[in-house]
Amino acid sequence: MSVEKTLYIDQVTVSFDGFKALNDLTLQIDPGELRCIIGPNGAGKTTMMDVVTGKTKPDSGAVRFGEKLNLLDMDEPEIAQAGIGRKFQKPTVFERLTVFENLELALAGDKSFMKTLFARRTIKQDNRIFEVLEIIGLTQQNQALGGVLAHGQKQWLEIGMLLMQEPQLLLVDEPVAGMTPQEIERTAELLQSLAGEHSVVVVEHDMDFVRSIAKRVTVLDEGHVLAEGNMDQVQNDPRVIEVYLGA
Amino acid sequence: MARQYTLWISARRDSGTGWFLGALALIIVVVPILNLAVPASSTFHISAYGLTLVGKYLCYALLAMSVDLIWGYCGILSLGQAAFFSLGGYAMGMYLMREIGPRGVYGDPILPDFMVFLNYKTLPWFWHGFNHFWFAMIMVAFVPGLLAFVFGWFAFRSRVTGVYLSIITQALTYALMLAFFRNDMGFGGNNGFTDFKDILGFDLHSDRVRVFLLVLTGIVLGASYLVCRMIVSSRAGRVIRAIRDAESRTRFLGYRVESYKLWIFVFSSILAGIAGALYVPQIGIINPSEFSPINSIEVVIWVAVGGRGTLYGAAAGALLVNYAKTYFTSTIPEAWNYALGALFVLVTLFLPRGIIGLVSGRVRKPAKTQGFPVPAEKPEQPVK
Repeated sequence: MSVEKTLYIDQVTVSFDGFKALNDLTLQIDPGELRCIIGPNGAGKTTMMDVVTGKTKPDSGAVRFGEKLNLLDMDEPEIAQAGIGRKFQKPTVFERLTVFENLELALAGDKSFMKTLFARRTIKQDNRIFEVLEIIGLTQQNQALGGVLAHGQKQWLEIGMLLMQEPQLLLVDEPVAGMTPQEIERTAELLQSLAGEHSVVVVEHDMDFVRSIAKRVTVLDEGHVLAEGNMDQVQNDPRVIEVYLGA
Repeated sequence: MARQYTLWISARRDSGTGWFLGALALIIVVVPILNLAVPASSTFHISAYGLTLVGKYLCYALLAMSVDLIWGYCGILSLGQAAFFSLGGYAMGMYLMREIGPRGVYGDPILPDFMVFLNYKTLPWFWHGFNHFWFAMIMVAFVPGLLAFVFGWFAFRSRVTGVYLSIITQALTYALMLAFFRNDMGFGGNNGFTDFKDILGFDLHSDRVRVFLLVLTGIVLGASYLVCRMIVSSRAGRVIRAIRDAESRTRFLGYRVESYKLWIFVFSSILAGIAGALYVPQIGIINPSEFSPINSIEVVIWVAVGGRGTLYGAAAGALLVNYAKTYFTSTIPEAWNYALGALFVLVTLFLPRGIIGLVSGRVRKPAKTQGFPVPAEKPEQPVK
């Protein structure tokens, strides 16, 4: 009966100088699911993304991508190539490359030095870049440097870079921080349209935003799962109210 | 065909390339004419000394370009680039020493003079093959490239970056200097190699050979520039700039950062080695002081003064600073080090894009996309 999950996080513990950032965390993401992860500061949300993308190695536990790939044996480029894309909390785009070039570098494909040295963009790739530029609303600015974009635009560009990678699993850390209400609305639409084809995990503080997109919500506290369910369920969970929502 | 077309496009788009190659062509045409065709009595005549000086500047320009490629484009501040330059120079020097043959002071047909003097009985194994010019030329690229490969393999894999990398490159060149100072290394100790006679049978002291070497240096510089330009305008070049600006982000896009750094570092070391090999026959001497840490730091200053991340800026900086050095050290020698230090501080504070930034800033109107402030580098979080 068990359908293969996209991501398994199994009893993962990460400690920094005695402080347990993740404490026996177990979490699974279904294919095509849009999952929101909330929790107070220091609950381990970003550390969880660091573990999945290979930036941090856990002290114990297992992390698998699908049934077969053991992510703990892989480094960041391998994990990215395997199909996990990440958007950072603080928008990180290449500030001295143009918007177009930012997207170009995110293109899926062979990323070895020799290949990129002689790489030529195909018409198909060009079209894909312009398609994504259209989606993220930066067609006009495609020759502007990443660094001159407004904060919200950088967030969008980074989401665009995720789209170029064509990942199976998207990890999106605080996508709407610093966005205007209209931008937030468009981001919600975009993330919802991505789910289904991709699995999307969103970490976000903005409760209205989470309510508007989430089907399933996981609440983290002190490095482990406190509650899981739909928004109403978790909001009415007395433990959740105590540590987070009630505060 | 397509490649030439792109090169041509990028040269068209980038007026600096045109200016740089034009100026270089002018130098390698005019300087030889002023030496060979203009009579020695004329004020426009360039002496053999002047010829050597220009040749030396061009070698330094190539060295500066090699630093700009890794520092300006990839953010790797190597403070040991002179090590690769010197190794290339030593490889060329070994050939030139073997070429002397029995014409040395001691007249030994095989052993160079310093070996006879130091009581060597036979030629050390690593000197074999250097009687062949082609072998020496391979070594000019191979030895610096190999050292850079081994060094970079360990350093980049361990994710040594920023100031730590700079310090160990500085240590590398210092260690090599101490090693080459030792007599029993088999490289002539503190005297190094000198008294070269000829290259491929041509007398190194004749003006024609000097002119030829100067023109060759200019051509190699121009060709290296085009290859560097091709690299930095390729997609790999954009990945390299991405690494400079946000290294860990580049990793999360699936790029193997350490291998990009390694290849660019190895290529840059080979360019430095070639610069050293062109330098030695023109200057006529190579000794361990070429490895000294201050030399590598000076190269960084040339690049900063010229303007990094442009390639031609580095070359221009090397020419200007070295011309100033020649001028100052012959008129007020004690002031030079202070002037150089002050220059570096002033350029860092007021001209972050160097002299080239000053020139191109006046031509182009400062569009929004130009010269926005570079964010301060933030330390990478240690990986637990």
